[in-house]
Amino acid sequence: MVQKKNLIGLEHIDVHEIELILDTAVAMKEIVSRPVRKVPTLRGRTITNLFYEPSTRTRTSFELAAKFLNADVINISSSASSVVKGECLKDTARTIEAMGTDVVIIRHPMAGAANLLTGWIGASVVNAGDGAHEHPTQGLLDLFTIREKKGVLNGLKIVIVGDILHSRVARSNIWGFLKMGASVSVCGPATMLPADIGRTGAAVYCNINEAIKDADVIIMLRIQLERQKAGLFPSLREYARLFGLNRERLSLAKKDALVMHPGPMNRGIEISGEVADSLQSVINEQVTNGVAVRMAVLYLLAGGGDA
Amino acid sequence: MKLLIKGGTLISPDQKKIFSADVLIADGKIAVLSNNLETDGAVIIDAAGKLVLPGLIDLHAHLREPGFEDSETIATGTMAAARGGFTSLACMPNTDPVADNSSVIAFILKKARQEGKVNVFPIGAITVGSKGEELAEMAGLKEAGAVAFSDDGRCVSNAAIMFRAMQYARMINMPVIDHCEDTSLSDRGAMHEGYYSTLLGLKGIPAAAEEVIIARDLILAGDTGCRLHIAHVSTAGSVQLIRQAKDRGLKVTAEATPHHFTLTDREVAGYDTSAKVNPPLRTQEDVNAVRQGLRDGTIDVIATDHAPHAREKKEVEFDNAPFGISGLETAVGLVWTELVNTGILSPLDAVEKMTTNPARILGISKGILAEGADADLTVIDPALTEKVDPARFVSKGRNNPFAGRMLAGIPVLTIVGGKIVFEYAG
Repeated sequence: MVQKKNLIGLEHIDVHEIELILDTAVAMKEIVSRPVRKVPTLRGRTITNLFYEPSTRTRTSFELAAKFLNADVINISSSASSVVKGECLKDTARTIEAMGTDVVIIRHPMAGAANLLTGWIGASVVNAGDGAHEHPTQGLLDLFTIREKKGVLNGLKIVIVGDILHSRVARSNIWGFLKMGASVSVCGPATMLPADIGRTGAAVYCNINEAIKDADVIIMLRIQLERQKAGLFPSLREYARLFGLNRERLSLAKKDALVMHPGPMNRGIEISGEVADSLQSVINEQVTNGVAVRMAVLYLLAGGGDA
Repeated sequence: MKLLIKGGTLISPDQKKIFSADVLIADGKIAVLSNNLETDGAVIIDAAGKLVLPGLIDLHAHLREPGFEDSETIATGTMAAARGGFTSLACMPNTDPVADNSSVIAFILKKARQEGKVNVFPIGAITVGSKGEELAEMAGLKEAGAVAFSDDGRCVSNAAIMFRAMQYARMINMPVIDHCEDTSLSDRGAMHEGYYSTLLGLKGIPAAAEEVIIARDLILAGDTGCRLHIAHVSTAGSVQLIRQAKDRGLKVTAEATPHHFTLTDREVAGYDTSAKVNPPLRTQEDVNAVRQGLRDGTIDVIATDHAPHAREKKEVEFDNAPFGISGLETAVGLVWTELVNTGILSPLDAVEKMTTNPARILGISKGILAEGADADLTVIDPALTEKVDPARFVSKGRNNPFAGRMLAGIPVLTIVGGKIVFEYAG
């Protein structure tokens, strides 16, 4: 990616690099729409999916992206690997590299795992989500989806609703949207708003009706039941009542507001089924665009230029 | 063997004065303090331009032995102390086995006599296994040589247990040192809860986790009359609570570490596990408050909380890394660079916080620069600057976030019981 070797987060990436990825993803999306979805761009390159957390959609999306570009793909999941035998991350990473890989895509439950990897191996590292830190390809696919639908990002009002505290998607989104000139609001229960989140430049709300007023884009985050046991909210019923997006609330946003969700959804809790399936919802397109954006990232990192 | 230290500037917090004198050391004691001493047969040490201090005392160190010898031993930890200018240290009981009985204390003292470079004063556990459930045999620990009680590394969570511990410690006239952390609030947190924990997506440890336990302990100390010492104060709120308690006349003392008066939570950016420490590095306001607390006497002691870890234990995910900084070999340079050279502490006050104050709290006859006192001396060169290079540490723990920082005021000679245990060699 011109100078960059890794994609760890959107906090430390500049606008030109984001634009390059999004523009490249446009071309990739065209490839995905062909009847034969395969180009030889990364033939002979090896890409390793190193997943320390269960994941279906992100892992599959990266795997498809790599395969459409003709790279060889290795999938390693923590439950079926040497991790179970007590090997530390550093040794696992070095072992994978010693076998020869060009890109390591890592998903890890702990923040900073992808950063660490960059100091230990020479291969490119793509962060596929590390704890509550970042999930940059999700942030990029959200940017891509909004740009595709709205034409621009600059000047849009984007609202993120839900468990901001534990959300890596929210952090990547905040950085990405702010860099591209959008205004960002976050909204959630006071117990799930991380300390000093306003210092990022995002506006902070605890009232969803106020937050989504005149919004161009509403991103609903998944609420996880175990947060209730940790005392972060009283009940799903009350959460849905205070923070769920339904038809009535959606009418507070702009008429053509987009509704997004990184998935998997809890229908009837953070988002009503009616809204999720409405014409304003672009949730399925997010998934399609995810493959194109990940193709772009892999192409730019894995030296597609000299292929 | 006799040693004669000539031409140095002596700092004596005991007498509250700074003066020029030569020091003659014989038979492990300070024999003569006088100007223009000449003695046949003494090894002469030129201390012109240098500061001669009573040997520094670290009230809070982890030597890791027994049990964690891959991280540190009594031999390597006391060598690190000597290199750092310390002639005595108190070691925390969170070894394996925990120093909760007299035999572990006896083992530490025996090892220290055999292999230690500096004086070692063990601290006994408050509760059995430091589990916070049943009191350890405090009187037996005291008889074996423990100088204080602490479950450091852990907080005594149960208020009733802490209340009983203080009553019992009071009965045998011993201080209790608490690691103040409400674990229901810190709950697997990895760094200070604030803007940087939000950026990094790491679970935060709020300032309140420390402050609510300090508030509790101050109340219990008031009720029991126990001498309470608060370990590693890290927040502005904690400083304020202790200041108010002292104003009320409570028998409470407190310590701060070089990392807490120097670094902020910003240090963690990039997931540098050498900056992972408990209590965590806080905000600039907290650093300023700790400095103010040192300046106005709210904080009595500068202690290292030396917490060495084997390299591979820190080369892991931030959440998986153990807490701790290997701090013995950078403490003096940080005190001089950050506190003395900035005018926050006078040289006399700085030395007091590393000699007479910890000696008084622990009840040990150390930290005195006078004829007849033990010949434990530290010579520092206030003009010498050095870049911190953990690769050169003699501690097994290289986990130190000050790597690359220039420090001014470097220990150049450490004498314990009249013997040179460290000499600066560049």
